[in-house]
Amino acid sequence: MMKELLKKLTEVYGPSGNEEVIRDVIRQEIEGFVDEMRVDTLGNLIAIRRGRGKKVMLAAHMDQIGFMVTHIDEKGFLRFTRVGGISVGNSINRRVIFKNGVTGVISYEGEITDIRDIKFERMYIDIGASGQQQAESMVSIGDVAVYHSTFSENSGRYVGKAMDDRAGCALLIETAKRLQSSPHEIYFVFTVQEELGVRGAKTAAYALDPDIGIAVDVTLTGDTPKSRPMAVKLGGGPAIKVRDVSMLAHPRVRSLMVSRAQEAGIPYQMEILETGGTDAGAIHLTREGIPSGVLSIPCRYVHSDSEMVDASDMENGVKLMLHILEGEIEI
Amino acid sequence: MEIKDFLAQLMAIPGISGNEEAVARVISRAFEPYCQEVRTDRFYNVYGRKVDFIKEGMPRIMVAAHMDEIGLMVSDIDERGFIRFTTVGGVDPRILLAQEVEVHGKRKLFGVIGAKPPHLQRPEDARKAIRIKDMAIDVGLPYERVKELVSIGDAITFVSPLMDLKGQMVSGKSLDDRAGVAVLLETMKELDALRFAADVFFVATVQEEVGVRGATISAYRLEPDIGVAIDVTHGDMPDAPRDETFSMNKGPVIAVGPNMHPKLTQKLMDVAREYGMDYMVEVEPRPTGTDARAIQISRRGVPTILIEIPLRYMHTTVETLNLNTVKQAARLLARFIASLKEDWDEWLSY
Amino acid sequence: MAELLKRLTEVGGVSGDEGRVRQLIRQEVSPFVDEVYTDRMGNLIAYKKGKGSGKKVMLCAHMDEVGFIITGIGEDGMLKFKVVGGIDPRVLVSKRVLVGEKGHAGVLGIKAIHLQEPEEREHAVKVKQMYIDIGAVSKEEASQAVKPGDYVVFDSKYVEFGDNKVKAKALDDRAGCAAIIELIKQEQRYGFDLYACFSVQEEVGLRGAEVLGYSINPDIAIVVEGTTCSDVPGVDEHLYTTLMGKGPAITIMDGSSYANKELVGMLVNTAKNEGIPFQFKKGASGGNDAGRIHLARKGVKAATVSIPCRYIHSPSSVMDLDDYKNTITLISAFLKGCEL
Repeated sequence: MMKELLKKLTEVYGPSGNEEVIRDVIRQEIEGFVDEMRVDTLGNLIAIRRGRGKKVMLAAHMDQIGFMVTHIDEKGFLRFTRVGGISVGNSINRRVIFKNGVTGVISYEGEITDIRDIKFERMYIDIGASGQQQAESMVSIGDVAVYHSTFSENSGRYVGKAMDDRAGCALLIETAKRLQSSPHEIYFVFTVQEELGVRGAKTAAYALDPDIGIAVDVTLTGDTPKSRPMAVKLGGGPAIKVRDVSMLAHPRVRSLMVSRAQEAGIPYQMEILETGGTDAGAIHLTREGIPSGVLSIPCRYVHSDSEMVDASDMENGVKLMLHILEGEIEI
Repeated sequence: MEIKDFLAQLMAIPGISGNEEAVARVISRAFEPYCQEVRTDRFYNVYGRKVDFIKEGMPRIMVAAHMDEIGLMVSDIDERGFIRFTTVGGVDPRILLAQEVEVHGKRKLFGVIGAKPPHLQRPEDARKAIRIKDMAIDVGLPYERVKELVSIGDAITFVSPLMDLKGQMVSGKSLDDRAGVAVLLETMKELDALRFAADVFFVATVQEEVGVRGATISAYRLEPDIGVAIDVTHGDMPDAPRDETFSMNKGPVIAVGPNMHPKLTQKLMDVAREYGMDYMVEVEPRPTGTDARAIQISRRGVPTILIEIPLRYMHTTVETLNLNTVKQAARLLARFIASLKEDWDEWLSY
Repeated sequence: MAELLKRLTEVGGVSGDEGRVRQLIRQEVSPFVDEVYTDRMGNLIAYKKGKGSGKKVMLCAHMDEVGFIITGIGEDGMLKFKVVGGIDPRVLVSKRVLVGEKGHAGVLGIKAIHLQEPEEREHAVKVKQMYIDIGAVSKEEASQAVKPGDYVVFDSKYVEFGDNKVKAKALDDRAGCAAIIELIKQEQRYGFDLYACFSVQEEVGLRGAEVLGYSINPDIAIVVEGTTCSDVPGVDEHLYTTLMGKGPAITIMDGSSYANKELVGMLVNTAKNEGIPFQFKKGASGGNDAGRIHLARKGVKAATVSIPCRYIHSPSSVMDLDDYKNTITLISAFLKGCEL
């Protein structure tokens, strides 16, 4: 079930600022498992399960990173700018796809001999057009392409694009589907434009003004050859975030998450992320401050076209989230 | 309590950004005798409210100083029980070698920060600053014991209690900005001897060192009419440019620039001159690296001023300042608060 | 129209010191609106009541320009300074400035070429090495005229030249301010309430806009900016961002916001239907007040329309008067067709 859901979600188009399609897919998935749904001004999908206890905001972002067309030259090659944290290294000679299905290859100006000299201004997308006119009939300035790669599975590990953060969305959807009873009012928020600077979460949190916020997003791992030191590994269980650049997890939220994991015998890891932030970074500074934390999904190769997560981490992540929601929340 | 004793007490309590609960408790107790009301919010910002006259339309003033200090955090424990760490706030890695620290696990553990000994390093390496990933904390215990007592995310503070230097100079870690919190306390005491018509909220804020976060949420909560931030600035040091640093005995520093309300700042300077108080001026072309930058743009905007104490060796374990300046800043601030009359709203508007 | 642009660009108003611009704009708009007021950060708001829909439309341009602030006075009477906002230091060499309230004349000199070593000429001069000379020969003499904290602007006059072009300082964003003033003067009343906002401190972090977004909390917002136009020698065509003379530039995405697609669609349709030339801002560089406004409270639909300016953030920025007029025409038509 999780595998099918992840496959479906990761293959849907939805770069930052253009989340309409993925939002519809998520809406269909979660319909029937919540009491009401609405879409706010910026495009966040808010699915509410009514309750009388604490107001709990859960956030996973729908948007993925992409490439926006800024110029079409006389030969039909496209110049582009980044939408979110794309790196040069992750883009060279990768395949991309536009909303209308047009595919292309990203490459760089041929006269460059040293890979370190490649900058985005010297890269282009080749959609195989015969010239400017044909290219203009295929794409327009402002169109955004995303990585074109398919979902696959090997020995309990899933690989695909946009695990960041469709894995988080999948975790929340599964949670909504399996949640039997909870005393709390739960807002399942599928946010927009996280990759552009946690923008959707800011306005969603302001509107909902919850008692506690928990974001669900991917985090890096330290378990690949000579990786940067990090005590998180695939298969070690969902990670409970201590801090990242955008936020220091509230100590009470952190300890709540740890207690629930320990009580239910769910494996977990503590996570410190040296670079990067999540929606919780925006949520916790809303209004008078909202105690917040993050349930992280360990993920290798983040922001590439082949992000890898572990099936047991996903399953344990859902279990942990269910256990948190089913119990008391005292902050 | 004397300023020095209060500071010494504060500085001995661990409180890195995000872990301020213990410091908040001490500050809350210290504020109580001087405030009508003391509260602590869910992020451990402490609010001490002080009023004298109650007048219709009197200004609501927020005075902020941050209680959090920079420090370290456990990021891993290796197979032999050495603790790997990361920084919280702007820690210069060059101060770390041979530092004494406390690891706040299930129990406080004493430790030292070490690295590969010099005679085992290559000559070229010896000239470069050691990187954090090559350092580790030695708590003198075997792996199993460390694992029992210490978890990833545990706070680590430096051992560097308040120390007397010559004259009124003192040194230690976290004077940035516990000295500011001391100014808040001293100002309350000064105000006890003055009449004033303002609703003053003295706020010891959290998480300033990681992005003025406590100030963001506390300013939103208070919705003040006027904001004052108390922080530190650079005292003169032999190897620092003269035009970027300040004398240690010419009083506090008043900041000017786009982050500061020009008329309010002028009023502060007028008060200083009226009472013959020394001060210096710091020009800040950008939003300042203090709580003032969050306060000014809160909700509908807050006219803000910034008072700073010159401090040498900022963000090291040997931060140094002149206790006199703390007293002077408090006296200036108290007089300033007392000087605000009914027409404060009119002369303040643009 | 040119008269207003001249006055607006020649007045001094560095981020944090917008008083003179504020005063000028207040005088210009007061006769045409129901209320003019300033807020606690110094933003100026001109409010025109609507015919009753109760919806709010915000137009926004920033009053501040990039400039300098005096940080100290040397014993020799030379002034040390820091830059306010983003200026390429290489632009500063050999320019004239005006210092303080009274606008004392000063120069940003550089060691004469005869006295330089050949290698020196290869390196850009850093701001730390620079100083402003107001002609004083001692600290005492200089202190009688200026003090630390005084703001400094480029001394650059408004000039019309070439083929309908304008050269001035601060086209970013006095051109935007002027455009909004012209719109207000059209004496149009709409169904919605119109808030014409002139923000402060955009150049040092979109700070005035943050406060405006929260206080006014409009239904839609259109930011009118001066934006980069790099269609000059040495730049690859795909990096021009905008082209001079091709009309107002509509933003799809920039560093601070992804423009609301519905609004962008409406602006494009308006331009096409009315036959107004327009272009898209290509490239996602820079940020502006929309970055803060669109994230205010529960979120605001916002878009940006920009006037292309060459050599932006220099004393000699250049704009095309037709682009300027078409920007006004476009926004005017958009507002008239807006059924809020």
